[in-house]
Amino acid sequence: MAPLGAQAEMLDVEKDELKFGFIKLTDMAPLAVAYELGYFEDEGLFVTLEPQANWKVLLDGVITGELDGAHMLAGQPLAATIGYGTQAHIVTPFSMDLNGNAITVSNAVWELMKPSLATDAQGLPQHPISAEALKPAIESFAAEGRPFNLGMVFPVSTHNYELRYWLAAGGINPGFYSPEDVSGQIGADVYLSVTPPPQMPATLEAGTIDGYAVGEPWNQAAVFKKIGVPVITDYEIWKNNPEKVFGMTADFVEQNPNTAIAVTKALIRAAKWLDENDNANRGEAVDILARPDYVGADAAVIANSMTGTFEYEQGDKREVPDFNVFYRHFATYPYYSDAVWYLTQMRRWGQIAEDKPDDWYADVAKSVYRPDIYLKAARMLVDEGLIDEADVPWDSDGYRPATADFIDGVSYDGRTPNAYIDSFAIGLKTGETP
Amino acid sequence: MSIVSDVSGRSRSDQRRQKLFAAINRASAWLSALGLGWLTPLLKIAAGDDPREQLGELRDSLVFPLMGIVLFLTAWAMLAPQVQTSLGAIPGPAQVWEQAGALWQDHVAEREKEASFYARQDERNAEAVAEGRPEDVKLRAYTGKPTFLDQILTSLKTVGLGFLIATAVAVPLGIASGLSRPFNGALNPLVQLFKPVSPLAWLPIVTMIVSAVYVDVNEAFPKALVISAVTVTLCSLWPTLINTALGVASIDKDLVNVGKVLQLSTLTTISKLVLPSALPLIFTGLRLSLGVGWMVLIAAEMLAQNPGLGKFVWDEFQNGSSNSLARIMVAVLTIGTIGFMLDRVMFTLQTAFTFSSNR
Repeated sequence: MAPLGAQAEMLDVEKDELKFGFIKLTDMAPLAVAYELGYFEDEGLFVTLEPQANWKVLLDGVITGELDGAHMLAGQPLAATIGYGTQAHIVTPFSMDLNGNAITVSNAVWELMKPSLATDAQGLPQHPISAEALKPAIESFAAEGRPFNLGMVFPVSTHNYELRYWLAAGGINPGFYSPEDVSGQIGADVYLSVTPPPQMPATLEAGTIDGYAVGEPWNQAAVFKKIGVPVITDYEIWKNNPEKVFGMTADFVEQNPNTAIAVTKALIRAAKWLDENDNANRGEAVDILARPDYVGADAAVIANSMTGTFEYEQGDKREVPDFNVFYRHFATYPYYSDAVWYLTQMRRWGQIAEDKPDDWYADVAKSVYRPDIYLKAARMLVDEGLIDEADVPWDSDGYRPATADFIDGVSYDGRTPNAYIDSFAIGLKTGETP
Repeated sequence: MSIVSDVSGRSRSDQRRQKLFAAINRASAWLSALGLGWLTPLLKIAAGDDPREQLGELRDSLVFPLMGIVLFLTAWAMLAPQVQTSLGAIPGPAQVWEQAGALWQDHVAEREKEASFYARQDERNAEAVAEGRPEDVKLRAYTGKPTFLDQILTSLKTVGLGFLIATAVAVPLGIASGLSRPFNGALNPLVQLFKPVSPLAWLPIVTMIVSAVYVDVNEAFPKALVISAVTVTLCSLWPTLINTALGVASIDKDLVNVGKVLQLSTLTTISKLVLPSALPLIFTGLRLSLGVGWMVLIAAEMLAQNPGLGKFVWDEFQNGSSNSLARIMVAVLTIGTIGFMLDRVMFTLQTAFTFSSNR
């Protein structure tokens, strides 16, 4: 467990006994790796990792100070900071990963979808599958007088926005939020509701929901248990989308600046280890995550997505080398444009009820995403010889280049959020209120 | 060997046997309290009693219970593989036993990790001292996961604290309402109202109040533990309260009159008359309370995600691995065993403190 580089000057951390929360998902991997490989200890930090029951409990834990930091949905710090759902200024110096989610439907829904799907030479469904394929299922449910229910993990979760994006791109209205009605089901063709990730398969099995959007291992678990079929990964909805962040309260970062840098250092090293040599360490990472105190699912289930493949229907295993990205493509850098995208989706679906000028989006992003802390940590790691100069976007202004790598081909530029919001067929536009 | 000495020898050995049996009979009360009643006939056979009669005793106290357990295990082993859940077949006794071993291994492994953590820390500190940086010496506690055994201890600690608070509240209130009719009348509707409330309903309220009031967090009693303990208190104080009131109210009237004649002070009355005669019922209440408390605790820990066996069960359920069900069953059997042992401890105390049943 000896550190690789020369032992540099240790940061003088203000608080060295820390408690971090996480949800049992594979993308908590940087935390587990930083702990198990001794990266936290190398920084003089004594960290306790504690699994949390659900995202709400986790967020409350960070706000009340019971937890010093946590593995969070990218939307959580943003929503808390603008006061949607709860009010607390939370910041993030570290983006935990890209991609890693999928949308799964029950076997019954899959049977109804299948006839309308185009197939390739081997007779397998052609990917990506558009949400249009759901229409026969939704119609058949409506004929029986049953609502078509879908589960997602949290109102401000990546999964909620991805699921809505996919549905809307296929011409299905996922419903709107308003200040009076926070169910998110206003005018909906399908009804989205919250279910904690680990309970997704059980809830699907019970018939309470007919499909869900969730992170791994819960899509592959549905395949293993033969209770559902993943139809699309978020990689296909938006290539290399930001997923989780590491969140701490602004107060904590202000009072413990060195601690924040030290934590970020350990996490960057862990992320690098996870992607090193073309995912060479993923096998070992799977063994760590399979322990009951981390994710705890069977190693085979976790390995399915962590090792660059993804199984859709039973036996239909496809290569998705970038299904989980922890370090490549500057994955760990907290880009303002990632924050702005989440804010645009909050506006699109009515969680932000009124128009905001473009610079409001930029200001919120700047107050939550803290590349300054990240760059300090990265600079120290480069000096210690632990990461390469080229691994960090030193000169970035915080905005990724405009991209059209979405399932519907709409182009996103983080500098012009309002123009982006107005370019969707389904969604609130400038001047509209839910 | 003369006849006389032979007779006297026999009578001496008779006396010894008499003594021995008296001792065995005295011990048997304790043994049965501890759930070891089947030892009594074995001891009597060993002391030379008629085996046939004792074997009948033994059959009732040992063979039948064992048969019940064996039958249960057989039925479980036969039926479990028939049910296919989404986590695979329901585990039988063999898998559960295996997982119990695995949990023990986990515990050992975690302890090893702890030892190596402290070794690394000592190394770092020695290095710091050697390099003339004594201010860098840090002594920090290990930050690993609580193992299954740690969770058991946490749960016991929590239920103990909750039970103590419940006793401290319920016994005085019970005595007061047993002695005073107006007090009893005032308290009765409240007892009837709050007694049926589920722990799960108390939990959010307790969480909010404890979080607001209990700011000065003591190392030994973290907030989560206090929340669980207070929830246990709210659910487990009723049996003690009701039974204490009943015990106090049903004191022999002659005793009360004697007390009045002697003009005893209230405190003396309570300590000399009321408590001794109400004790059996108080202990019945305490025993019920502890049982309720232990049951409630697991639910509270599950919902609040507070450390303990309940959290262990919930975490395993969330893990959804192929071993999860077997591990949960290990926890269920552990909960049952500990509940049984707690009950026995209370029963033993009850026997020890009650004048009537032992005399």
